[in-house]
Amino acid sequence: MTNTSNIRFIQGNEACVEGALYAGINFFAGYPITPSTEIAEHLAQRLPAIGGKFIQMEDEIASMAAIIGASLTGSKVMTATSGPGFSLKQEALGYACMAEIPCVIANVQRGGPSTGNPTHVSQGDVNQARWGTHGDHSIVALTASNHQDVFKMTVEAFNIAETYRTPVVLLFDEVIGHMREKLEIPERGELPVVDRLRTSVPKGVDYHPYLPREDGRLPMSDFGAEHRYNVTGLFHDMWGFPNNDPQVVSDLLRHLVDKIENNWENICFYKEHWLDDADYVLISYGSSARSAKHIARNRRKRGMKIGVLELQTIWPFPTEIVREKCANAKAVMVVEMNMGQVVTQVKSAVDHPEKVFLANRIDGQLISPTDIKTTLRMIQGKGV
Amino acid sequence: MSTNKEFDFKNYVRGRYFPHIWCPGCGHGIVLGALLRAVHELELDKNNIVMTSGIGCSSRISGYVDFHSLHTIHGRALAFATGVKLSRPNLKAIVPMGDGDALAIGGNHFIHAARRNIDITAIVMNNRIYGMTGGQFSPLSGTGKKATTAPYTTIDNNFDVVELAKAAGASFVARSTVFHASESKEYLKKAIMHKGFSVVEILSQCPTYYGRKNKEGDAATMMEGYRKNTVKIGSKKLDTNPDLIQRGIFVEDTDRPEYCEAYDEIIETAMKGKA
Repeated sequence: MTNTSNIRFIQGNEACVEGALYAGINFFAGYPITPSTEIAEHLAQRLPAIGGKFIQMEDEIASMAAIIGASLTGSKVMTATSGPGFSLKQEALGYACMAEIPCVIANVQRGGPSTGNPTHVSQGDVNQARWGTHGDHSIVALTASNHQDVFKMTVEAFNIAETYRTPVVLLFDEVIGHMREKLEIPERGELPVVDRLRTSVPKGVDYHPYLPREDGRLPMSDFGAEHRYNVTGLFHDMWGFPNNDPQVVSDLLRHLVDKIENNWENICFYKEHWLDDADYVLISYGSSARSAKHIARNRRKRGMKIGVLELQTIWPFPTEIVREKCANAKAVMVVEMNMGQVVTQVKSAVDHPEKVFLANRIDGQLISPTDIKTTLRMIQGKGV
Repeated sequence: MSTNKEFDFKNYVRGRYFPHIWCPGCGHGIVLGALLRAVHELELDKNNIVMTSGIGCSSRISGYVDFHSLHTIHGRALAFATGVKLSRPNLKAIVPMGDGDALAIGGNHFIHAARRNIDITAIVMNNRIYGMTGGQFSPLSGTGKKATTAPYTTIDNNFDVVELAKAAGASFVARSTVFHASESKEYLKKAIMHKGFSVVEILSQCPTYYGRKNKEGDAATMMEGYRKNTVKIGSKKLDTNPDLIQRGIFVEDTDRPEYCEAYDEIIETAMKGKA
């Protein structure tokens, strides 16, 4: 008989919670917002049971601020939100980029702009995840199309945050967040769990909290430990003290971008389905990738050479992978639920942008295999 | 509590980061001095103090002190400090703020930190103006004042920090001025040792902007004003002049549960599987 104690039939939001717990979360601050609220609700129950901390803050800004504060004391931290809340978090998210604070932000996307379409699906925050906060910076954003992957990407989000000392955005969507399906929780050790580097500089020796090692990583010292240093959102020197010397400013900005962009291969997750001989490549992510896979499987049965590239890392955008996988395609179709946010990236990645098309849906309904088929037939010059 | 070791400024500041950015005559240095003396006399371990601040002249204080220091974004220092404190309740959380930082952009966090009664010491360094951006009125300026954004004088009413903190649930509330440096130090000592959310408002002059715009004279004259215009709580002088500002400890309530301690009880319950 198989062991079923690690099998759940749950919502995607709960799969995210399970992934966070597996990764070692011990601090969560949040604010209620549809469709992400279940993440807060379940962590409110689960965290104190393992000695962790949950706090419902007065607003989204405060939630983002609180996790940054907690992270500096050595906790593994997360907050969860959706569109309007994600907008409110942007300033503090930029602070986490600048001060290099490991943290995870789950954004279960709903329709926007503004209050928008709270209980319905959208993938409209792709560009906001990249450029929502002001100023040049780099960011990591991951997504998933099923609960097993929600779990895995959540663990990866914590690992990347701790490795590169960066905020990581989990870009889920309402369908994934609220849909119920099976999750098999991996045994301990099956998935790697990364803890942040901590400094080995002994007490009494000058510690440089913001002097990157050659590989770009910065060993941390927890607040409360022997090294007392300054953390600021201003441009700062290797001690963390404000500095606007032109060389210091440009070096720091380049470091913030390079530490992510130069490691894109280590941060790059994707899945491919039937791409080897594909004339038609569908590129999708999140819940819309489920419909893309469905129609590709269906068309394959009818002899069409079609495959799916499912993106799991959205930012940094996997330009090289997209170019490579689309090199032999007669047409590329991006399937997403927005006005064309990833398609822009794909067009600039491939050698023949004129062969890139968009199959989208923006009405709060999950894009269906039929929707994709309709666009596919138009591309092929067939009647709809 | 007093200590045998004599107070030496150098033991508490980061020499590398001086000179500071404050204008000549600014009152904030006196607040810094009072705070460091308070920490010294309490014989606190510097490794156990996290100083969290937001944005503004006053907020630069966190960089100058040799504690763990977190210089954050405008208005949100208390929210950052809440994360620090709840994550590691053994650390002392001190949050110096300016009046605009604490009560305009940060007003929501101020009342909610007070409501939770989380063990954080909030110091409101009240100079009634936005100094760093060049002299705009703040929610503590009051009516009839001049500022760069109130060339015809202000019509905005001001908060009373003490009344606001009391109403929001702070369990320790005090007020002093930089003229009364020793008194400020004593209130800060009590606030830091108080288990719960403590607020100390310290009136601090800004001769550069508030003083100049409102013809209140130089730093010494403005400090002299703090001596003349303030009295101890309940002073008889209030009978003849009710406009005098009261100094003292307005609230000191040790019975209210502190947030992190209350959460520890939640953990105990949850670990027994009772949730």
